[in-house]
Amino acid sequence: MVQILREVQEALDWISPEAIDLLEALLQVPRTKIEGVAGFYSFLYLEPRGRYRILFSDNITDRMLGNQALLERLCNSLWIEPGKVSEDGLVSVDHTSCTGLCDQGPALLVNNLAIGRLTAERIDRIAELVRSETPLVDWPAEFFLIEDNIQRADILLASDIKPGDALRAARALAPDEGLLASNMRSWREGLPTGLGGPAAVLDEIKRANLRGRGGAGFTTALKWEACRNAPLKAGQQRIVVCNADEGEPGTFKDRVLLTRQADLVIEGMTVAAYAVGATRGFIYLRGEYRYLLDALNAVLARRRTENLLGANILGIPGANFDIEIHLGAGAYVCGEESALIESLEGKRGTPRNRPPFPVTNGYMDQPTIVNNVETFAAAALIALHGGDWYAAIGTKHSAGTKILSVSGDCARPGIYEYPFGVTVRQVLEDCGASDTQAVQVSGPSGVCIAPAEFDRIIGFEDIPTAGAFTIFDTSRDMFEVARNYVHFFQHESCGFCTPCRVGTSLLKNLMDKLHKGCGSPYDFAEIEKLNQLLQSMSHCGLGHTACNPVLDTIARFRPAYDKRMMQQDFTPAFDLDQALSQARQMTGRDDAAAHLSTEHGGAA
Amino acid sequence: MSQTFSLDGQSIAFEPGQTILQAAEAAGVFIPHLCYHPEFKPHGSCKLCTVKANGRQTASCTMRAVPGMVVESNTEEINAERRALTQMLFVEGNHFCPSCEKSGNCQLQATAYHLGMMSPHYDHFFPNRAVDASHPEVLLDFNRCILCSLCVRASRDVDGKNVFALSGRGIKTHLIVNAKSGRLTDTDFTLDDKAAQVCPVGVILKKRQGFAVPIGERKYDKAPISAMTEQNKLTEEG
Repeated sequence: MVQILREVQEALDWISPEAIDLLEALLQVPRTKIEGVAGFYSFLYLEPRGRYRILFSDNITDRMLGNQALLERLCNSLWIEPGKVSEDGLVSVDHTSCTGLCDQGPALLVNNLAIGRLTAERIDRIAELVRSETPLVDWPAEFFLIEDNIQRADILLASDIKPGDALRAARALAPDEGLLASNMRSWREGLPTGLGGPAAVLDEIKRANLRGRGGAGFTTALKWEACRNAPLKAGQQRIVVCNADEGEPGTFKDRVLLTRQADLVIEGMTVAAYAVGATRGFIYLRGEYRYLLDALNAVLARRRTENLLGANILGIPGANFDIEIHLGAGAYVCGEESALIESLEGKRGTPRNRPPFPVTNGYMDQPTIVNNVETFAAAALIALHGGDWYAAIGTKHSAGTKILSVSGDCARPGIYEYPFGVTVRQVLEDCGASDTQAVQVSGPSGVCIAPAEFDRIIGFEDIPTAGAFTIFDTSRDMFEVARNYVHFFQHESCGFCTPCRVGTSLLKNLMDKLHKGCGSPYDFAEIEKLNQLLQSMSHCGLGHTACNPVLDTIARFRPAYDKRMMQQDFTPAFDLDQALSQARQMTGRDDAAAHLSTEHGGAA
Repeated sequence: MSQTFSLDGQSIAFEPGQTILQAAEAAGVFIPHLCYHPEFKPHGSCKLCTVKANGRQTASCTMRAVPGMVVESNTEEINAERRALTQMLFVEGNHFCPSCEKSGNCQLQATAYHLGMMSPHYDHFFPNRAVDASHPEVLLDFNRCILCSLCVRASRDVDGKNVFALSGRGIKTHLIVNAKSGRLTDTDFTLDDKAAQVCPVGVILKKRQGFAVPIGERKYDKAPISAMTEQNKLTEEG
């Protein structure tokens, strides 16, 4: 459903009531289902949003690079208000969550295609192109050039394995043909056995001590084994899903892996399929990476001709596995594995109640593994070089390497792959950061650390990370950093559970209140209480972590907050004078008598 | 022989497959809830029924009971959090109890009383939500919707009509009806639908029937929600 709606949107620029009429008849699904799904995703529009839909990435790094001024410049140039559609229905300009171009921002999406390195000149040219109604295909190609910016490569990014090498190595782990054949048969019949190639691959992954790279760090072999051992009902198959919904603000390493090492990632998925006995695979690619779709489909097509995907892979009878790509449509929460599966099934991306877990009841109720892009790439190398080789890299508790997406205040933003155990200080040195005040590791749902902690290491035993590494120098206001992240969570809350739906909005209002100068110690206590509630009552990780950026910055950068504690006693957020602004606008008055002086701050 | 778990120190018997909430209800122990309804698949969205099971907070409507499990529910800590959730539901929508036809029969209001909610605490959002008075027999007042999705489930699973669904995301999540016009009158909804009977608050109201039972003599005016059995709760006049 999501894929159909996305294609309708690409063809018509929006999902019109008439289009829904047709879908209703064609798909035999109720209108409520279509509108319910379309309404969930930021990039699907139930109202016309113009033929050119321009969305400015609004991560803190874009802000630091001046995206607000550029947005205003474009809006002024096009004579439109942010968030609204031009009267002729030509164009709309709005914000969106981080688009994963933090190392080459500020960035925007035009009809879901990414443009980075925005400058005033580039913005003026975009305004011209829109005004002259130039089709997107005729826009300058250099606008759409996305750089990989690989600054430090290690085993993953420097790998030059040939397509199929890892699979052949995995296949070679089978002791003999007879055992392999019996193993393939048991796989098809949904009866896992401990014999032959697939189980041996699982052993290597186990020996490698590979843990998930999406942030949670779950042991990959345990997940795979649980999926492999899950019973299949009649007509079911096992599913391998690659989570390429890289939505955490500040993360962009999957974008580069899928650009540079697509074969390695897909090979890893195929190794996983071989190990767990899966016959169907998906890559869930975030909508912001729409521009990667054709290239990735081409890699899949080539691998089919090379007999590395499809039926009887490498000539192994029964080794059937193929992959299709699903594009997301602008919903951070779909990075949560059960929400991702809901989205794959064409539903609203709401996290499921667990248990049961996806390894037993995943896509269409079938045993499913969902792993990060980087995890699959690592799995391919493990199949080729063995688990012991991999386990020797990194630290005792964190085997292998980690790819960091470095952005913010540094001389050389980009992609850095390190063995686990690297210190924050080392990374800062390598990327040419100076005068650093703070680093946000793993994005807003991760941790914000201060200089005293820069000798801490990247690893599951200390600072686990999904890959974001955002640097703030001493010129930055850490309160505004936290406020940007709070707005992000509020925007991305799926709305399913009460605490997260309402709580993230309340938190946003509180931060905006502090921003306006109406903050008092009372509001601190309120933030603390909200955090407790979100931690204990929320349905999924989004709500659990939504208060992290605020708590971390309060603990470490208290002066940034104290500056805003302008009030000793409770002060309402409601500003009577501000409330009269509409009346002033309507009556054309702005004299002193049309204003109310308020006792406390908050006046504009 | 049935198995047991401990709920606030009391031993509760349960059948395999039963959730904590179901077992507690069956034993006559009240756990506050709004989106749960015994006739529908548990949903777990309102989070009012959150308990501490073996020290971990979880929605008791979706968590299956396990033998020997130690569950805390009626504690000051958990009730304070439930109270905060109830306050959130009040400020998120527009709930003006004194003028609401559902007052006294409303589960949100009754739950607020049960939890000792004395004020909304948070700043009101005052969302702008239009009412839908298009249907000849039924009024939809979206101002009071708490997104429990009981009407969605009832219409889909019992009536087979899919009249209702949730659309939007986050704080913009809202109830929609199954018509191109977006109006209830253009759907096949009738007053006999199960979906017309399940709203815990005052969104789906029968027209031309105002205050037939005076406020003060209604279901939760007579007994608190904690004293109601599920069956009592389901019948309008209790």
